[in-house]
Amino acid sequence: MSFIAYLINGISLGSVYAIIALGYTMVYGIAKMLNFAHGDVIMIGCYVVFTMTSGLQFNPLLSVLISVVVCTVLGIVVEKVAYKPLRKASPLAVLITAIGVSYLLQNIALLVFGADTKSFSSIITLPALKLAGGKLSISSVAIVTVVTCVIIMAGLMLFIKKTKAGRAMLAVSEDKDAAQLMGVNVNGTISLTFAIGSGLAAIAGVLLCSAYPTLTPYIGSMPGIKAFTAAVFGGIGSIPGAFIGGILLGIIEVLGRAYISSQLSDAIVFAVLIIVLLVKPTGILGKPIHEKV
Amino acid sequence: MKKMFDKNNTKKATRDSFVTYGIVILVFIIVQVMVGTGSMSSLMQGLLVPLCIYSIAAIGLNLCVGYLGELSLGHAGFMCVGAFSSAFFTKYMVDTGMNENLRFVLAIIIGTLTAALFGFLIGIPVLRLQGDYLAIVTLAFGEIIKNVMNVLYVGKDSKGLHFSVSDASALKMEEEGKMIINGPKGITGTPHQASFVIGIILILISLIIVYNLVNSRTGRAVMAIRDNRIAAESVGIPVTKFKLMAFTISAAVAGTAGVLYAHNLSTLTALPANFGYNMSIMLLVFVVLGGMGSFRGSMIAAVLLTMLPEVLRGLSDYRMLIYAIVLIAMMLFNWAPKSIEWRQRHSLKGLFSKKTKGVQ
Repeated sequence: MSFIAYLINGISLGSVYAIIALGYTMVYGIAKMLNFAHGDVIMIGCYVVFTMTSGLQFNPLLSVLISVVVCTVLGIVVEKVAYKPLRKASPLAVLITAIGVSYLLQNIALLVFGADTKSFSSIITLPALKLAGGKLSISSVAIVTVVTCVIIMAGLMLFIKKTKAGRAMLAVSEDKDAAQLMGVNVNGTISLTFAIGSGLAAIAGVLLCSAYPTLTPYIGSMPGIKAFTAAVFGGIGSIPGAFIGGILLGIIEVLGRAYISSQLSDAIVFAVLIIVLLVKPTGILGKPIHEKV
Repeated sequence: MKKMFDKNNTKKATRDSFVTYGIVILVFIIVQVMVGTGSMSSLMQGLLVPLCIYSIAAIGLNLCVGYLGELSLGHAGFMCVGAFSSAFFTKYMVDTGMNENLRFVLAIIIGTLTAALFGFLIGIPVLRLQGDYLAIVTLAFGEIIKNVMNVLYVGKDSKGLHFSVSDASALKMEEEGKMIINGPKGITGTPHQASFVIGIILILISLIIVYNLVNSRTGRAVMAIRDNRIAAESVGIPVTKFKLMAFTISAAVAGTAGVLYAHNLSTLTALPANFGYNMSIMLLVFVVLGGMGSFRGSMIAAVLLTMLPEVLRGLSDYRMLIYAIVLIAMMLFNWAPKSIEWRQRHSLKGLFSKKTKGVQ
């Protein structure tokens, strides 16, 4: 029974990684950049919800909605101010700028909210689901997380396949210049991608903090890095890849923590990344990149 | 391109390196005079060795970022490897009656080589790939090393070495055995052998190595790969080999900084503050602020940014915030196409050359 419980925990954690990984993979697919600040957008989202529910006594659902809006705006602003001027610069310059933004967000949160750990009260207050005569208990947070992840994934796939804006995203990720010639608003599409990614980050943040209820200015960086690992694992640029990679990574982390060593679980996750890069650099669902001279 | 291999250019590069050596020696003499005459506060004297450590690490990272064009976020991890391997060696040999200086020299060599080995092993899978993979893998490596060091227990007794990754009692040591690496408590009681003189000597050695590397055939190949990988490959430069070589040397230099770090403190632990992500970012700020590709700049930035917060105590809360803003502003100013255009239009050089053209 404990194995099934761990597996469910792993899938739940993996769902959070999958939602975060979506933000990385979409931005990478379209802007060809690694948005290091993505993890810190999660953290900002958590703080917004925390302030709304604990400080101002808002309705939890409303606070999540406000948090999504704040993060979406934050994502767009960061893209416009820091990344857009560097769109034609070398990838190294963009990467270093992204690290700078990540650091800036962390330190702003540090100054505004303080360095002390805040305890985040879960906004999901449903009772746990008991199965097999009470032997197996599944927390409501886990159920909500997995269901949210599946809904987001399905919604996003539909959005990209069926809507005009979604197809524009596909076109831009395929070839930016050709898309522009076909009348696609490239800048607008990139902004939209950042907006969707950041909005999803806010949701991921709330789910993460509901499962692990401590809040510090640094909580975003580790899940962010792991979610990026998940994105690489599943094949960067691919949305179903982010989903599969996220779930697998969550399961590996939880099982590693349970059966190998609790202190080495992070090391195990990163070892997976190195092995994936060694064996199949394009990830599970990634397409091989053809080089153009 | 032709200009690059010009004789004048080689001469200029040699002169540039000698100016840097000169500055380091000059700083050394000034500091020695100040210490000798007692006009340096004890706070500043305590900072001398850390300044050397950061300078060396920044030189190492600059080789990777400035010349190889790959971002490493794990140089703190290489420092950690260098620090732990050398401190382990020193602790292991401390009772054998080996000459102290010889032991320290060997410790430096061991720390450097171990870091180089790790750099090599990480470089093999990652440097074959393009894109930002090196950044993320080195970041992962730094975290792994920090995690592993916190669960590693090594003890020594008459039967030899005992290893464990769970706790100290699992080592099954004899009574008189002693702990060398004690899990999260790290290595304690490493002899304090690092000094400013050794730091300066190590800076000079690192500088000589990196300057000779970048001004050699290998260095030019590395820069060619950075500027255009496909073109470099098509003229027959073995891309992976040269990348691996530069990255290994870069990791080795960071390892040397780690050795100095380990022998400057009596307790060596792997914490987020000293060998974590933050440290790697701080090194990156030194490199970016000092100018990518300029070893002299890295050192100056390392010295200034380490000393400033100590001098301006009131700003310590805002230190990291300022670093972040400086990092973003520098990148936008230096690399944004619009800013480059603006600078070209408004630069003094441009103004003068236009005038002379007008006269002709």
